[in-house]
Amino acid sequence: MYDAPKLEANVEQNDIKINAKNVQVYYGATHAIKDVNIDIEDKTVTAFIGPSGCGKSTFLRCLNRMNDTIDVCRVEGDILLDGEDIYDKRVDPVQLRAKVGMVFQKPNPFPKSIYDNIAYGPRIHGLAKNKADLDEIVEKSLRRGAIWNEVKDRLHEPGTGLSGGQQQRLCIARAVATEPEVLLMDEPCSALDPIATAQVEELIDELRGRYSVVIVTHSMQQAARVSQKTAFFHLGNLVEYDDTATIFTNPKDERTESYITGRIG
Amino acid sequence: MTDATSSNIPSGKKHATSLVAQDARTKRRNAAEARFRAYGVAAIVVAILALIGLVSSILYNGSSAFRQTFITMEVYLDPAKLDKDGSGNLEKIAKVSTFGYAPLIAKGFEKKFEENPNLVVEGLNAKKAAKMISKEGPAELRRMVLANPALIGQTVKVEFLANGRIDGYFKGRVTPETAKLDKNVSPEQLMLADKLKEAGLLKTRFNFGFLTRADASENRPEAAGLGVAILGSFYMMLVVLCLTLPIGVAASIYLEEFAPKNWITDIVEVNISNLAAVPSIVFGILGLAIFINFAGLPQSAPIVGGLVLTLMTLPTIIIATRASLKAVPPSIRDAALGVGASKMQAVFHHVLPLAAPGILTGTIIGLAQALGETAPLLLIGMVAFVREYPAAPPEGFFDPAAALPVQVYNWTQRSDPAFVERASGAIIVLLVFLLAMNAIAIILRRRFERRW
Repeated sequence: MYDAPKLEANVEQNDIKINAKNVQVYYGATHAIKDVNIDIEDKTVTAFIGPSGCGKSTFLRCLNRMNDTIDVCRVEGDILLDGEDIYDKRVDPVQLRAKVGMVFQKPNPFPKSIYDNIAYGPRIHGLAKNKADLDEIVEKSLRRGAIWNEVKDRLHEPGTGLSGGQQQRLCIARAVATEPEVLLMDEPCSALDPIATAQVEELIDELRGRYSVVIVTHSMQQAARVSQKTAFFHLGNLVEYDDTATIFTNPKDERTESYITGRIG
Repeated sequence: MTDATSSNIPSGKKHATSLVAQDARTKRRNAAEARFRAYGVAAIVVAILALIGLVSSILYNGSSAFRQTFITMEVYLDPAKLDKDGSGNLEKIAKVSTFGYAPLIAKGFEKKFEENPNLVVEGLNAKKAAKMISKEGPAELRRMVLANPALIGQTVKVEFLANGRIDGYFKGRVTPETAKLDKNVSPEQLMLADKLKEAGLLKTRFNFGFLTRADASENRPEAAGLGVAILGSFYMMLVVLCLTLPIGVAASIYLEEFAPKNWITDIVEVNISNLAAVPSIVFGILGLAIFINFAGLPQSAPIVGGLVLTLMTLPTIIIATRASLKAVPPSIRDAALGVGASKMQAVFHHVLPLAAPGILTGTIIGLAQALGETAPLLLIGMVAFVREYPAAPPEGFFDPAAALPVQVYNWTQRSDPAFVERASGAIIVLLVFLLAMNAIAIILRRRFERRW
């Protein structure tokens, strides 16, 4: 069962999970995202790279409507998840976010026990019928977050007492606990040391088997290491989107080349 | 070697100073810093001295209010005076007024003088001696008899309040010299008081009555207590707590988490900040106009006081609550929304528990502020002379009552010097309540913070 995703990973073309068409984002008068078109594949890690302020995080937050919480933010265009427009008036962002989980730049566990951190999502979505169910979900999620062995003996200690890397893996485990289909990661390793980063990257590679993972990163090495597809953003434009190998070895646009060789950024 | 080192030391004026000696600029900067620290220490010393002065003057003036002089006297409840036809009919007994009981007390003194000739003071007959007992004494005796008519015909031993002057004598307020000029007390009475004390009939002891009794009139300060005021203040605090906490917290959560940021919310925000600075007496006028004149609620009632204080406290609580909601890191909201919590779930499951210690502290400080507020209560009639205890809630909220700070204000207006100690004593009680509330705020804060 667990071996199957590895086979799939080798398949060149996966199904399209998210389809964005002519997406424009405005912050008040600022045009932050300009006409982005992108197809994000299922069971693939897609990396968004680009210099600071290029809009990659903004675009990521559009994918699960986290930008709704910002009053001045306005999104135009269509973003389809499995063919359904997520900005349709009938869509409840709460249901959307259960399908499209998110991991943030800074580890942000709830100031509760490790168990409650994981159990919170399943509880509010009614995924567990009883305590035994919930225990199972918690264990499964912590295993998927590659942190089970470290915390299994202290599930009822506060999640905020873990180290930075552990906290981030806890947050990833929390995000997968609600059984999402897409996992968005906004610079998940920027607050972590190299060892914790390696652990999280390894985890991302494993997660690829079940989810479509979109990761925003400042580190080009990281993008090269973990992703199969890479999108380069610059000044709100999607400059280039291709297989990671192509982007890093044979970019078509000269801005991409300048960025990955370190001339702009 | 020596040449090499000496050549390494840079020469010239610029490098003439050593690290050990301070240059002029550093000296100036250090002096400025030292001066600033001295100002700070001086400010704190002044503040502490002022506080010590204030507290010690209140304690000095007020602590004596908690001690009171009592005279124990045996009184024969003469059926010939109290129950003339011997029927035991309560209505008829009730017809005998307080003035009917005063001679009984005088008789008691007469008997004491006969039993113990040592007590006799030249120029002081039993009737004058009985004046040493508070005017409240006969009233107390009457209440006792009406509560238990079977006592008629018996001799009862009663501990009466001594009147304010005798009490003042044992507290150093009255001396034989001042007594000569005072028509309410004579030097002979003071001599008798000393003798009674020796005989063990007069005692100065802790005065529970100060905390439990109702207010008393101008000429019986010894009987005045804070009971009605404490009860009134307590009822008002209940009203304030029950109204401000839900309204204030709900308003803050809505404004902070849900309300769209537009000019309407901006106006609301500015006005809440301004309301916090409105003089409290303005709220009193508002309360008088709306709650009493328009809504027709009774005057002097804790419900009206509570409503007025609620209006006054709400801005404080809303500001404190919004500040503590703002202090919750946005990453927690993101985290909750990220796993698919609704806005309300994010607020109630994550933000509110984290803000709770701040909200509690704000609420209790708001309550403490309301407890000490006087001006608005004057306008809604809480300053009235109230002898009756308000009933138990909920009816009690509509009964007339006093309030602690208003009682202090009231007592400071009275001419009898005995009320000075009463007023200071009432301030002590008020301060104790405030300290207790602040202590509760700190304890709750600690407890809630530890949980996370």
